[in-house]
Amino acid sequence: MLAYRRIAAASFRQYSTYRVATAAGVFTNTIFGFIRASIMLAAIGSAGGELNGYDALQAATYVWLGQALLAPIEVFGTRELALRIRQGDVAIDLLRPVDLLGQFYAAKLGRSGFLLLARGIPPMLIGALVTGIALPSEPFSYLLGASAVLLAITVAFLADMMVNLAAFWLIETRGLTTVYMAVMNLLSGFLIPIVWFPDWLLTIARATPFPSMIQTPIDTLSGRLSPLDALPLIGIQVGWVAVLAGAAVLMLRAGVRSVEVQGG
Amino acid sequence: MSTAHMVRTLYGSRIRSQAAYRTSFVSDLAGQVLIVAVEFLELWVILANVGTLGGMTLPQVAVVYGLGALAFGIADLLLGEIDGLSTYIRSGKLETLLIRPVPMLLQISSLDLSLRRLGRIVVGLGMYVVALGIAGFSPTPATVALAVIAPLAGAAIFGALLTMAGAMQFWLIDGREFANAFTYGGNYVATTPSAVFALPMRAFFTFVIPATLVAYAPTLVLLDLPGPTLLPQWTGWMGVPAAILTWTVAALLWRAGVRKYTGAGG
Repeated sequence: MLAYRRIAAASFRQYSTYRVATAAGVFTNTIFGFIRASIMLAAIGSAGGELNGYDALQAATYVWLGQALLAPIEVFGTRELALRIRQGDVAIDLLRPVDLLGQFYAAKLGRSGFLLLARGIPPMLIGALVTGIALPSEPFSYLLGASAVLLAITVAFLADMMVNLAAFWLIETRGLTTVYMAVMNLLSGFLIPIVWFPDWLLTIARATPFPSMIQTPIDTLSGRLSPLDALPLIGIQVGWVAVLAGAAVLMLRAGVRSVEVQGG
Repeated sequence: MSTAHMVRTLYGSRIRSQAAYRTSFVSDLAGQVLIVAVEFLELWVILANVGTLGGMTLPQVAVVYGLGALAFGIADLLLGEIDGLSTYIRSGKLETLLIRPVPMLLQISSLDLSLRRLGRIVVGLGMYVVALGIAGFSPTPATVALAVIAPLAGAAIFGALLTMAGAMQFWLIDGREFANAFTYGGNYVATTPSAVFALPMRAFFTFVIPATLVAYAPTLVLLDLPGPTLLPQWTGWMGVPAAILTWTVAALLWRAGVRKYTGAGG
């Protein structure tokens, strides 16, 4: 346990040293937030002030929470493990006395913790000043919201790991990462709330783990859902964590068996 | 060695090398096409719910989107790799480019000429042409000329923005993402009906970063629509002057950046 805590702490520290990069990220996330908010607010304006359960304030909140979660969830995917597999460096990771997925998860939590605080909160504050944001009135919603964010980060991490682990068989995974990113950005509700989707697309989205990554934490944290309505969605997140963790472990085992490290 | 010869040699070798890895190339290309499809799906879902966005119907929005995607796709194919300049600076790879008797911008442009980026161009072009047909484009010599010039002027504007973003990395090595607000952010704005933006934002993305002049303003002329405040219909003809202006700034910034560069100690 101590080893994982140290990995997480080191990962947090590592990211906190890139101050200029963090400031640049905050700036860019804020500009994109304003672009996205403009589109959502225009749509709600055309709809007469309310669209599928979202009014202007909730739509703005939706955008700013999404921008805050973008970096911790890593909506653009990661490639580190895939590259280590391709280069054979994964052999070193496997030799370490800590579990491979555990190492990466600990590093991810440290990184996400920093990104949430340093890159998520500032654009949200700017957004709160300019467009306003809605917050839950029930104190319990904050506790549920925090759990939903942690679970969302975990679900996104596991799915991303599975894409990375495909490198054991595909070698080059850039195309797969791009496809995954495009599907995830849409079906997670990152671009637009999934309840705005036509029925067929909503059904597809709900059958995947993607809404658990963005839509659920946003709906829980924005107070759009009462704690009682949020609980089943958090249950679904837990279910996806279990399923994806099992799948990722199996994939890793099969991958390790098939791996052939050159020049060992 | 003539410039034309250099261009042929550099780009030719990149194209041959990428065609060699077919599966990887095909999956990359499919990924790019999917990204464009998903971006447009966002606008489609919104319009399926509300009918008009920024005063435009779905076919009209599709013209803006297709034209913007086409322009950005061309610029990204040729100059998208500049975004990675800070990596070259850090690794010291830039020195090896500097000592070669070939303009650095040309080398960087051809270093990773990614043919997968053709995906955006093909989808953008298809959408632009089809949407123009549906949205009620009435061809006159002037509008046909604009329909052809607009994507090229837009590509030039984006190319200049990408070059400026690259040049900024000479000063802000860690701040690479800062420039994304103007390049990728500019692309996002360009592919959206600009009437949705509040006045300060519309002014910024017209007079500072001329993103609204790439696709939205020309579409107003092509479909004979009235423009919102700050963007009357005639601004649709401002693409070429804007491209010349942005390239002037980009060229100055690039030269200043290369002069400022002192090497990574390699």
